[in-house]
Amino acid sequence: MSGLLEVLRAGALTTVQDLGRPGWAHLGVPRSGALDPAALRLANRLVGNPEQAAGLEITLTGCELRPTRATTVAVVGADADVRVGQRPGDTGRPLAVPRGAVLRIGPARRGLRCWLAVAGGIAVAPVLGSRSTDTLAGLGPAPLRDGDQLPLGAPAGPPAPVDLTVPVAYPTELRLNVRLGPRHDWFTPAALDRLLGTAYQVSPLSNRVGARLSGAPLPRSVAGELPSEGLVLGAVQVPADGQPLVFLADHPTTGGYPVIAVVADVTPLAQARPGTTVRFHGPQR
Amino acid sequence: MRIRTVGTQALLLDLARPEHAGAAGPVTDVAAVVEAWRAELWRRRELGELVAVEIVPAAATVLLDGVPDPPVTAARIATWTTTAPPAERAASVPTAGAPARLVEVPVTFDGEDLARVADHWRTDGPGVARRLRVTEFQVAFCGFAPGFGYLTGLPAELAVPRLPTPRPRVPAGSVALAGPYAGIYPTASPGGWLLVGRTEVTLFDVTADPPALLSPGTRVRLVDR
Repeated sequence: MSGLLEVLRAGALTTVQDLGRPGWAHLGVPRSGALDPAALRLANRLVGNPEQAAGLEITLTGCELRPTRATTVAVVGADADVRVGQRPGDTGRPLAVPRGAVLRIGPARRGLRCWLAVAGGIAVAPVLGSRSTDTLAGLGPAPLRDGDQLPLGAPAGPPAPVDLTVPVAYPTELRLNVRLGPRHDWFTPAALDRLLGTAYQVSPLSNRVGARLSGAPLPRSVAGELPSEGLVLGAVQVPADGQPLVFLADHPTTGGYPVIAVVADVTPLAQARPGTTVRFHGPQR
Repeated sequence: MRIRTVGTQALLLDLARPEHAGAAGPVTDVAAVVEAWRAELWRRRELGELVAVEIVPAAATVLLDGVPDPPVTAARIATWTTTAPPAERAASVPTAGAPARLVEVPVTFDGEDLARVADHWRTDGPGVARRLRVTEFQVAFCGFAPGFGYLTGLPAELAVPRLPTPRPRVPAGSVALAGPYAGIYPTASPGGWLLVGRTEVTLFDVTADPPALLSPGTRVRLVDR
């Protein structure tokens, strides 16, 4: 252990995340991990960490932290005010934090989540090979609370010699590419037209398990229950109310509602605030 | 078998017979086919003949996720067969994560819904316990929570409905029935299954290897505590 990260203000939902715990789905263990793995990887590279090091996933309201040693941090993701002590910082670049200085990540101005990497990584004990908080199964460390102290690992290397990263986009309308199936044959042709032809809105009930959408309901052509089957990241599941749900990192490993399509890349949903418009783009029909 | 494409990195082996697609069907027969394929795919992966991050059996399917080239893999799987009946195969498959071992789980049969199950089965509480004790179960698949195994082995006519309204909290170790399955809650959680007993055995321990006592393929007996 090499110092601590003191949590002065945890915010609405701040969790420890790395690249998750794939390989255990057959035991009912969700993959978990950062909702935007590329953002966490970038933050880690910026502070000289291996890409799979654990950082913090900070949701909407920001947080305040104080490292007990001088360190380097980087924040990638939502557009937020970042301050080290009284000094304005920035997202998307390495920031030096003197010992005892307070790191403040303000509320997201645009987007929803950001990822904080600290040189050496968050060194909580791994569970099944990962330090990620799994909000569905309760594995890994609990979400941060005020007053927590997180162990930091020893810095692995110097911060990356970079002074600019590509700005993150925060579109108010997302276009998500999907591939139909595996159970699109459980739906009426009208349902497929609605899925690919109408706009959906991200519901406030969305979380790390899934982005719940509201819009035109998707009627089924096959009644009855689907025997439980395995689920993948990005599966668009349609429960009894016909409103689609796109599964994110903490998704259950199996489910009994038909999956009409699978989203190729779910990472834009990590920044999608409630009310964001989502359009699914699929094969020409 | 029908192989369905799931997104760009996964395949779903659909093992339901067409006439039962969408219905529960004779779950035990399908479960045996699923188990045979799960074991075969696991074996092929151990041998390096299959690349997949996840092999996830379920009620009538096996999902392969994290497959680098799904069309090529699907074409190869279509040429594979499960060569031995599941029971024989189970004993001989060299599996890393799912040995076909027999686990005995000591159970106190005093669940809150014992009388309800007894009504469905046209017997009494001790009759339910007796039936559960003489049944050899097998873990068909896991889901719902880490280490929650769906146990097959009861005949189709003993299937029971779920509670109309799930309980907000079912204690860890609760032994329960729903549909054609038996299961044991690894941790306290909401649940709609009918409670027939309880055990003090730890079902899921992240420090154990394997972490789940009941992994797919494991044979299970419920014995008197």
